[in-house]
Amino acid sequence: MVKAGIDIGAATTKAVIMSDGKVLAQSITDTGLEQVEAVEKVLADALSKAGVKREDLKAIVTTGVGRKAIPFATSDVTEIAAVAKGAIFLHPAARTVIDVGAEESRAIKVDTNGKVADFAKNEKCAAGVGAFVASMSRALEVKVEDMGKLSMQSNKDIPMNVTCVVFAESEVVSLIHAKTPKPDIARAIHDAIATRTTSMARRIGMDKDVMLVGGVAKNPGVVDSLKRHLQVDIVIPENPEFVGALGAAILAG
Amino acid sequence: MQINRTIYKTEPLKCWEKAKELRNKHYRDAANARYEGKILSSGSMEAFTELIAAFGDHVHMASEPYGASIGSDPEFSRQCVEGLESKGYARDLCAYTRNYLGSVLINKYHFGGAFPVPDFCFQAHSCESHGKWLQAASEMMGVPYFCIDMPLAPHGLRIENRISYLADQFHEAIRWLEKTTGRGFDDERFARAVENSFVSTKLWAEICACNKHVPAPINQKNIFTFYVPLLLDRSSDETLSFYRELRDEAKYRAENDIAALPSERCRLLDDSPPPWYFLGLYRYLEQYGALSIGSTYSFGLTGAWEDGEDGTMAPKKTPMEKGIHLKTRDDYINALARWAIERLFYFMSMAQPEDKSVKMLQMVREWHADGVIFHLNRGCEGLAFGQKENNLYLKDAGIPTISYEGNNADKREFDEKRVLGRIDAFMESLGLKKSG
Repeated sequence: MVKAGIDIGAATTKAVIMSDGKVLAQSITDTGLEQVEAVEKVLADALSKAGVKREDLKAIVTTGVGRKAIPFATSDVTEIAAVAKGAIFLHPAARTVIDVGAEESRAIKVDTNGKVADFAKNEKCAAGVGAFVASMSRALEVKVEDMGKLSMQSNKDIPMNVTCVVFAESEVVSLIHAKTPKPDIARAIHDAIATRTTSMARRIGMDKDVMLVGGVAKNPGVVDSLKRHLQVDIVIPENPEFVGALGAAILAG
Repeated sequence: MQINRTIYKTEPLKCWEKAKELRNKHYRDAANARYEGKILSSGSMEAFTELIAAFGDHVHMASEPYGASIGSDPEFSRQCVEGLESKGYARDLCAYTRNYLGSVLINKYHFGGAFPVPDFCFQAHSCESHGKWLQAASEMMGVPYFCIDMPLAPHGLRIENRISYLADQFHEAIRWLEKTTGRGFDDERFARAVENSFVSTKLWAEICACNKHVPAPINQKNIFTFYVPLLLDRSSDETLSFYRELRDEAKYRAENDIAALPSERCRLLDDSPPPWYFLGLYRYLEQYGALSIGSTYSFGLTGAWEDGEDGTMAPKKTPMEKGIHLKTRDDYINALARWAIERLFYFMSMAQPEDKSVKMLQMVREWHADGVIFHLNRGCEGLAFGQKENNLYLKDAGIPTISYEGNNADKREFDEKRVLGRIDAFMESLGLKKSG
C-alpha cells in the first residue's frame, strides 16, 4: 500500500512516500502563503522521485500547523502523534522526543509501546524555536545557515537577559556595540533556545533515549547547546526535518 | 484507557429554562430594585447576603457572576477593560474585577441601560482582589462600603478561631447595616435566609454527587448554567425551590442512566473558571465522546461538602439534619460562620495548594475521571496558584493531564486554535478519535 505523509509547517512543507513499511522518497519546499500549493508541489516532487503515480496513493495524511487546510487529505493527525510515531520508527529505543521547529517546539514522552504518554508544547515563545535563530542572524548580519558553525567557535557563556525575541534583537545590537565577538553572541542565542527547550523537556521528565528532530536539529550550534544543557546524549536521525511527515505516513494505516 | 462504546439514552434537562429565567430575572431585579423599594447591594457572591436579607426585600448584584457575564461577551468586555485600562488600571488584575469596574466606569449595564448603582457595597474579602475591588467600586459610585475579612487558612486549621473571627464581623456588619439602611434587623427573616442557604448549598453538593454515576447525568457546561442562581441568591425561597427540583431531576437521570452525552467514552475533570467566551470548548470535547464531569471550582464554589462516613466526599449535613436547634440570633450567626468555614474547601489553592492536589486526586477517583484539563487561568491568579504543582501531583499518580493557557473573562488572552490543537493531541494520546 502506497501512502503519503505531509507535514505542513510554518516555514517548510515536507512529504514522505512510503510503501510496505519502507520510505520510497521525500521532498521539502517552503510553505509560503499558499499551503495547498506547497503541498501539491512537494507531493508531486516526492511522487516523481518514488516513481509512483498520484492515483496509486491509497492515503494522504497531513500533520503540522496546516494539517486541516488540505481538502484532498484522507485524514489528519496532530504533530505530537506524528512526530512520536516517526521517531519510534527511526529509533525504537527513543523515549523522549524533542521537536524544535521554526515556530513551535514540543517535548514528547513515548512509552515502550510507542504511544504518547505525555507532552509539552511551546507555541507562545519565539525565543525557544527556529525563528529566533533566523531573526538574530539578521541582526548579526550572518547567513542563517552559518549561525550554528559560528556559535561553535565560542566557548563563552553570555546569558541573554531578555525573554522576548523583539527585545533580544536590541540586546544583540547592544552586544555588538560593546564589541562582543559574533561567535559569543551566536552561542548565547543558541543557548537561549536550549534553556527554553530544556525547561520544556524537563516538564515532562526525560527518559533515555532522548531524540532531537525538526529542522532546527540540523543546526550544530543548537545541538551543541542542548547537549550541554540537557546533559544527556542526544540521538539525531539523518533527516530530522522529515520525522513528522514520516510519522503521518505511518499513521496512514 | 479502555474505550467504552455504549450509546446511552439522553433527554433534554427539564430545569434548563428555569435556571436561565432565574438568572435573567435577577439581573432585571437589580436594574429595578430602587424603583421597587428593594435594597440593592453589590459585592462578592460569598458576601453573606443572609445578613442583608434580614433587613427586607433585597437584590445583591454579585460581582463575580456579573464579571463572568461580561466575559462571555467579548465586545462588551473589551469596552469595559479598555476603558478601565485607559485610566491606569493594570491589565493583569483579576478579569472579573476589570469587567465589573469597567462597566461601572463606562456606566453601561451588560443587561441594558445604565449601571444600577447599589445602595451600598457589601463584600467578603476572600482573595487579594476582593477587598480592593469593591472599595474601588464604592469610591467610583460614591456609596458606602463594608468588607468582611474571610479567614482563609489550610483546611482544618484553627477552625474555632476562624469561626469566632467571622461571627464577630457578622455582629459588626449588622450594626453597620442598621445604620446604613435605616431599617431594623428581622431575626425571623435572618433565620429563614440562613437555613435556606444551608439547604441550597447542600443540595448543590447532592446534584454534583450525581455525576459520580456513569454515565454522568449532567455535564460541566450545564453545571455552569445551573450553579448561577446559587451564586446570585443562595438564601431565597425561590432558589431553594429550584435546587430541590434540579436535585430530583439529577437523581432521576442518574438512577435511570440518562446521560448528558450519549456517546460518553471519556470523563474529565477540569480546573479553574472556564473561558466564559468559549464554552464551546465543552462541545468540542463531545466530538471525542469526552465530557467534563465537574471541577473543584464548580463543585466547591457553592457546594457544601464534608467527609462522608466512608471517607468519600459527601454533601454536608445541615445543622437541622444533625438535630441542632438554632434559636437565637447568636445561634444563627455562629452556625452561618461555621458553615462557611467548614464547607469552603474551594479556596484551598490560595491557602495550601497541596491540599488541592489531594482533593483533585480524590475527585478523579470518586467521579471516575480518565484525565484532567487545567485551564492555566491568567484571569484569576488566586485560583491558578499551585496549578503546576497540582498537575505534577496528578501525573505522578498516573492521571493523564493537559493544560492550556487562557483567561476566564478576557478573550484577548486566549488563542482558540492553539488550545484546540492541544486538546486534539491530548485526546489522541488517550486513544480517542473524533466522531463523524
